[in-house]
Amino acid sequence: MVSPISVLGARVQYSSVANVQLTSETYPEIQRGDYAKLTDEDIAHFKAIVSESGVVTDADDLVFYNEDWMRKYRGMSSIVLKPKTTEQVSQIVQYCNEKKLAVVPQGGNTGLVGGSVPVFDEIVLSLANMNSVRSFDPVSGILVADAGVILEVADQYLAERGHIFPLDLGAKGSCHIGGNVATNAGGLRLLRYGSLHGTVLGLEVVLPNGKILNALSSLRKDNTGYDLKQLFIGSEGTLGVITGISILCPQRPKATNVAFLGVESYEAVQKAFVHAKAELSEILSAFEFMDNKSLKLVQDHSDLARPLEDEYPFYVLIETSGSNKDHDDAKLESFLENAMESEVVLDGVVSQDETQLKNLWMWREFIAEASGKGGGVYKYDVSVPLKDLYSLVEDVTARLNEHNLIGDSDEFPVIDSVGYGHLGDGNLHLNVAVRRYEKKVEKVLEPFVYEWISKRSGSISAEHGLGFAKKNYIGYSKDQDSIDLMKAIKSQFDPNHIMNPYKYF
Amino acid sequence: MSVKSLRILVPVKRVIDYAIKPRVNKTQTGVETTGVKFSINPFCDIAVEEAIRIREGTKGLVENIHVVSAGPTKAQDILRQALAKGADNSTLIETGDKEVEPLSVAKLLQKVIEEDNSNLVILGKQAIDDDSGQTGQILAGLLNWPQATNASKVEFKDDKVFVTREIDGGSETVSASLPMIITTDLRLNEPRYVTLPNIMKAKKKPLKKVKPADLNIDIASRLETIKVEEPAKREAGIKVGTVDELIEKLKASGSL
Ligand SMILES: Cc1cc2nc3c(=O)[nH]c(=O)nc-3n(C[C@H](O)[C@H](O)[C@H](O)COP(=O)(O)OP(=O)(O)OC[C@H]3O[C@@H](n4cnc5c(N)ncnc54)[C@H](O)[C@@H]3O)c2cc1C
Repeated sequence: MVSPISVLGARVQYSSVANVQLTSETYPEIQRGDYAKLTDEDIAHFKAIVSESGVVTDADDLVFYNEDWMRKYRGMSSIVLKPKTTEQVSQIVQYCNEKKLAVVPQGGNTGLVGGSVPVFDEIVLSLANMNSVRSFDPVSGILVADAGVILEVADQYLAERGHIFPLDLGAKGSCHIGGNVATNAGGLRLLRYGSLHGTVLGLEVVLPNGKILNALSSLRKDNTGYDLKQLFIGSEGTLGVITGISILCPQRPKATNVAFLGVESYEAVQKAFVHAKAELSEILSAFEFMDNKSLKLVQDHSDLARPLEDEYPFYVLIETSGSNKDHDDAKLESFLENAMESEVVLDGVVSQDETQLKNLWMWREFIAEASGKGGGVYKYDVSVPLKDLYSLVEDVTARLNEHNLIGDSDEFPVIDSVGYGHLGDGNLHLNVAVRRYEKKVEKVLEPFVYEWISKRSGSISAEHGLGFAKKNYIGYSKDQDSIDLMKAIKSQFDPNHIMNPYKYF
Repeated sequence: MSVKSLRILVPVKRVIDYAIKPRVNKTQTGVETTGVKFSINPFCDIAVEEAIRIREGTKGLVENIHVVSAGPTKAQDILRQALAKGADNSTLIETGDKEVEPLSVAKLLQKVIEEDNSNLVILGKQAIDDDSGQTGQILAGLLNWPQATNASKVEFKDDKVFVTREIDGGSETVSASLPMIITTDLRLNEPRYVTLPNIMKAKKKPLKKVKPADLNIDIASRLETIKVEEPAKREAGIKVGTVDELIEKLKASGSL
């Protein structure tokens, strides 16, 4: 067993699949584009730009950059470039554009849709060495930083200055703030601080032709022309390389509480949410839920002490944060009392210190990782109207049972299908934990899941993006006119299609 | 066991949360406390947990668990928490915001113990803020009771209490008869979460407030804090490109 704390800090082997199949072998129908092949001359040129130490070509060192976090996709790039300055990124991209060399921008490589790794031999452009904070204004709370700053490092930096990064997610120890912007990550604080489309004030981007777009504004209000930065938020490396970010950071809450509650049904989860919004209002900062199957996965793969002795069909994690502990404590207490008395909540615990607070959060944050520990995981990150949200898990579980794919022993490919997520944002994560990746499982799941979501006018990717995994399914959530317009934008920015090919659409 | 009932006293202290990095205040007279999260001292939490486990493990033997804290009004929070975990009643000895020295704390506790007629005191081996690690021992001296410090295991057998202590490179088991004092080590147990129903029940449990003067104890400090300083900052490391460069740097720094 592992201690999840250390696991989240560093990159770990996510699934126990021994060898990740090459993406090009798993999907033989995908053809390599008409891009140039890397030559010794190219390598020499790159070394001249980023020096010897900024070029990775050693086979062992390349593994990390070629394999995705789920260990489902593997590219075969023979080079990783690690520029230190925006100028260097610009020179690299300009050269690649001239030579028609394909490029994959890479942050912390924690993306969950296979977007951050090459499909064939694309050059990996890692932002890992661009990791400095450029400025912070304690009056406005505006942080300007390189794209490669690790999320947790940025948050620590801000914590020391009484502020907080408006985004938090389970991969914080590895993911980059540039990667977060590129994927428009949602995460655990969205309920409180809103999406990056609101908090990001400006971006510095190296465009596919090598030009540096300086839109690193630190203004909250600026209605002069199209808001170009918005295009790059969630563009997943298809329109350019984000090198700098200006973001508005709120004051760090002085008091934070976490309650972990057991409830009887998905209906009760929704009721608890309504109560929480009404009674906790401005101090409610997260409302997460998970089913009992999720909790069991975490229990199987960690040594955390169970928060509640008895089992309940669903659990809810509520976080409050505010500026006055006594006020927050009183509000939370009266909310919990009412929820217990009206039997919306059957049992629950409240964190008494920082360590308990972190451990309670671990029960929620570790699900993603625990889902893959038994071999691998099919992940669906969907948003549908709240009332239907959990029926997806029930319908998929029933379907897997019908096909006799779920079971306790090794002959069944599927271990379990679990549901959890950011209820406050109408966002469910359906994880189908498997012992091994098998086409027949995939066929039972897809396009079933996407059709199911489309019927309910939901999104087939609420926060993880399209990347490689979901590119064929964008049509379930967007109409053809929208897709055509997106493609036109792509061609306008990147006529040679060198930026992150084979992804997005 | 010849003892018919256990009357357990658990002293607890409110300290800066152990997951938070304390900072020295501007005047260098102590650490910054405004806007900082306080919690129960982890060793005290373990002591509370152990008292409850003893009750759960020895049917009917424990008559009462009394938690006591000497500290500011806010220390009520940790008393309520201990009550929610399963203590029966609590006392806050209001000593204000000033740090009270271990001798004074021990004298205050002695009064409560005598009043209560306690026969077992379980307390943390140290508080993580001042790290004095003396209160249990001084208290044992004042009461003239046997003490087993740094407990990693506590067992009741016949009419004796057996305590396993962690010592350098191994463990030592000692035994004594009640009344006695036990101080807790980190490995003794893992404290439970406080559940909602118990938080609600705890509201009805007694929390008594007294002043040191009510107990006739003078808590004036005997020590004066001259200055508090942060440890010297470690210099940032450097990366060397080659073994030769490493040797060169080591020589330059006088390490070789
Ligand atoms: C344990 C875990 C929990 C997660 N929880 C959440 C969650 O709660 N909410 C959520 O939304 N997501 C979540 N994710 C997925 C999330 O998208 C990523 O963790 C994160 O946002 C990606 O950042 P990264 O630096 O790792 O980017 P990468 O994985 O390296 O890249 C992701 C995509 O962005 C592109 N990209 C990266 N950096 C740049 C750049 N500087 N310029 C241009 N393009 C770039 C890449 O080409 C790729 O397409 C989670 C992932 C894990 C592993």
